[in-house]
Amino acid sequence: MPDAYVRIEGVTKTFGGAPAVDNVSLDVQRGEIFCLLGGSGSGKTTLLRMLAGFETPTSGRLYIDGQDMTGIAPCERPVNMMFQSYALFPHMSVEKNVAFGLEQEKLARAEISERVVQILDIVKMGAFIGRKPHQLSGGQRQRVALARALVKRPKLLLLDEPLGALDRKLREHTQFELLAIQKRLGVTFIVVTHDQGEAMTLASRIGVMNHGQIVQIGTPLDIYEYPQTKFVADFVGSVNLFDGRLVEDEADHVRIRSEELGAVVYVDHGITSAPDVSVSVAIRPEKIGIDRTRPAGSENVAHGRVKEIAYMGDTSIYIVELDAGKLVRVTLPNVVRRAEDRLTAEESVYLSWHASSPVVLTR
Amino acid sequence: MNRGYFSRTGLVIGLAFLYLPILSMVVFSFNNSRLVTVWDVAHSPTLKWYVALLSNQPILRAAWLSIRVAASAATGAVVLGTLVGIVLARFGPFRGRTLLSAMTTAPLVMPEVITGLSLLLLFVALEQLIGWPRGRGMLTIILAHITFTMSYVAVVVQSRLAGFDESLEEAAMDLGARPVTVFFRITLPLIVPAIVSGWLLAFTISWDDVVVSQFVAGPASTTLPMVIFSKVRLGVSPDVNALATLMVLIVALGIVISSLWMHAMSKRRERESQLAIAANQ
Repeated sequence: MPDAYVRIEGVTKTFGGAPAVDNVSLDVQRGEIFCLLGGSGSGKTTLLRMLAGFETPTSGRLYIDGQDMTGIAPCERPVNMMFQSYALFPHMSVEKNVAFGLEQEKLARAEISERVVQILDIVKMGAFIGRKPHQLSGGQRQRVALARALVKRPKLLLLDEPLGALDRKLREHTQFELLAIQKRLGVTFIVVTHDQGEAMTLASRIGVMNHGQIVQIGTPLDIYEYPQTKFVADFVGSVNLFDGRLVEDEADHVRIRSEELGAVVYVDHGITSAPDVSVSVAIRPEKIGIDRTRPAGSENVAHGRVKEIAYMGDTSIYIVELDAGKLVRVTLPNVVRRAEDRLTAEESVYLSWHASSPVVLTR
Repeated sequence: MNRGYFSRTGLVIGLAFLYLPILSMVVFSFNNSRLVTVWDVAHSPTLKWYVALLSNQPILRAAWLSIRVAASAATGAVVLGTLVGIVLARFGPFRGRTLLSAMTTAPLVMPEVITGLSLLLLFVALEQLIGWPRGRGMLTIILAHITFTMSYVAVVVQSRLAGFDESLEEAAMDLGARPVTVFFRITLPLIVPAIVSGWLLAFTISWDDVVVSQFVAGPASTTLPMVIFSKVRLGVSPDVNALATLMVLIVALGIVISSLWMHAMSKRRERESQLAIAANQ
């Protein structure tokens, strides 16, 4: 794709011999919100810092809008970054903080103040123009940091854990505002986060990182519903993983026998793998149903006993111990307010799922 | 035993231990008698030693020299010490960093006699080799004072910078500022309090130094502490008490004013932060 807006080509970064980013290649399109999702030490922040120019790749190249970024100082890149700590200058007012970047471009005073006021209105901080950073709450600081990065009209905005320092209510609210601002200004966003919920709601595409490598790239739906590795299945959302052996491998379906599950899993789509190989079956907790009586059919059913029930308000989490001893997590919505015959602990239950639900993983 | 009683006793003993000597010096500076240890009940208190000081040319000259030396040494120490502090706090791991860090703090614990002696040897050798500094006097005292006060500045600046996130400077660079602009508009304003307190620290250390000055001073350059020291060797005279009292007064005033100002600043900051939080709820 020649029109990729940000192109990362075989980039490796080692710190004292140990690779923090390991041969990563990635294309990000114009106007996209791309999320790098990974745990701590997965290399996502190092990758972001290389785009900003604070770290130089050990090998490989970075292109932004077709331009090779090798040897270009941070102050000359068409990129701005919003730092995790916000990094607002404590000795400057909100206005001065936001104006700082424009002053470096040697713009006229009138234009600077006009653009500062404009961007502060967009992030709804116009009333706080004279405040110092220590006079602002966490959410307000986040908006000022966003305004300061956006006022330069960058081609690409890098966001390092943009919502990490906010409390939960404010987070959800800010998430949607961030999306609205991005749509309005049409800036390409690359977001680094360890929070899968944040990545899911913000991103048009997600790149899941582990040990310095990108293990899967896809839309939030792809990543959640079609994980390609056990790591991705487990890292994004919660999942029940069962080891098993492939006993029947046809083009339109497969059968897997799992001792852990004590059942045969019938999957209504084919996989690319050699038969009689050991695989893992992943089933999401919300895709499993619970019944007191045995449902029809002999496949995709397992028997167990309810161990624990966690009432979460909108949903309840049931931990069911299978006959083979394996614990399974099931999430069910609490549809009815007062259910007299709600499941209780130690009840004997049957778990079942649709043939399209399991994901077969070989890695 | 009562805890309040215990802590009060500790307070009294501690304060007495620290301040009785100074208090007795202050009291005796108002004594009319020429004999320091005999209180002249009939004619005391008197200000005559203070008046005598004003016409004592050698002491006034020495005081003026001390002020100039302390101010120049503090300024030189601030420039060098700030550079070292920034390098140690911001330049990451580089070859020789541990050595620099250790060598910067070493003069803090080095015996002054050794510092003075080695500086004297250095100055003499330099004069023989390159003819500079010519002889010993105010210049050599200033140079000597810079060498052992810059460590204090470096430590103060380094610890101040360590309290600030390095991403502040990165953010400035990211917004298009060149390294020089970053230094003058971001780093320097952040460490101004450390530079001011480092300067004051260097000034007071230089102001009351006897040992090192003794080694590197020339015949015509006698600082105030050297005058006091030589006078005391000939027997304590009451005008020294008066002089010392004035020095204590000046230092105490400086400390009181600066701590009041710092207290007011932090109070204001705290109040503003609380208002900001309250306004958001």
